[in-house]
Amino acid sequence: MNLLNQLFGGQRPTSREIAKSRLQLVLVHDRVDLSPQKMQLLKDELINTISKYVEIDVEGMQVNLTQNGRQCRLTADIPILSARPKR
Amino acid sequence: MGATVITITSGKGGVGKTTATANLSAALAMKGKKVVAIDADIGLRNLDVVMGLENRIVYDLVNVVEGSCRLRQALIKDKRIENLYMIPAAQSRDKSAIRPQDMIDVCDQLRPEFDFILIDSPAGIEQGFRNAIAPADRICIITTPEVSAVRDADRVVGLIEAEGKGPASLILNRLRPRMIQRGDMLDTADVLDVLAIDLLGIVPEDDAIIVSTNRGIPVVMENTSRAAQAFCNIAARLLGEDVPLMELEEPSPSWLSKITKLVSRH
Repeated sequence: MNLLNQLFGGQRPTSREIAKSRLQLVLVHDRVDLSPQKMQLLKDELINTISKYVEIDVEGMQVNLTQNGRQCRLTADIPILSARPKR
Repeated sequence: MGATVITITSGKGGVGKTTATANLSAALAMKGKKVVAIDADIGLRNLDVVMGLENRIVYDLVNVVEGSCRLRQALIKDKRIENLYMIPAAQSRDKSAIRPQDMIDVCDQLRPEFDFILIDSPAGIEQGFRNAIAPADRICIITTPEVSAVRDADRVVGLIEAEGKGPASLILNRLRPRMIQRGDMLDTADVLDVLAIDLLGIVPEDDAIIVSTNRGIPVVMENTSRAAQAFCNIAARLLGEDVPLMELEEPSPSWLSKITKLVSRH
């Protein structure tokens, strides 16, 4: 199978790679006790709050939980379209 | 000074806590240390059968805690190895028969007489687990390279840290080199990457474990299987020796994988 994959360029991830990425995702949520539903709520509230000050690109917004060792990190990457004009 | 108390726990059941407790206790005793293994799995005792001491039980841990026997009466001496003892769990009781403070008291009584006290924790994260970790000076978490076992291990790592009992160290059990090689099993680096704790040792999957459990003779006592070697290495590390990590066997490459290697070079 490996040989065929190599020859025809089909690089399907191994079950080991799938296991690792699934584990990493589930653990980062387990550790901070944030379900995907709560993450969505958090994201919505972020959008509301930040939109009060600047106009943001909601489609391009990325909110992720990442881990570095046993330290979890919430990262938000929010593209700003333009500063909202002051009234 | 006195004994070092080591608790072996996992979160998930069936990953090798009891086998590891039996073998590490025996291996430490074979290295000349005075060791007592305590079965903290009240109601589901098994350390006795894995160690082959089930016919010698008169009193158990709950009897000791309730004061219906003296601690010395519950200590079963292993006749095969000098300096190896075991305290069985009660079989007809449940986890609530014992509190964390009871485990601390029992261990404090044992400490002056022993070099090591190994505690076989029950699965789960409830009272039985809390009892088992209460007296621990260090905690070993054992897991297999499977998603469910690693996830549960991570939960336990978090609980141990929250209790201020960390850092725990990891025993990765039942590795299958061939499955790892063909990309169908998490390897040591993957599990360490995910759990981010120190590695105490790895143990390959080995038929000898089932045979030894059938007979009631821990593998380290009688043969030179891979698993026996692995547990001896871990015992040596517990004694502070610097032992290199076991090499998992490299099966001879098939013609197909040889060609694959050639192709992938270009």
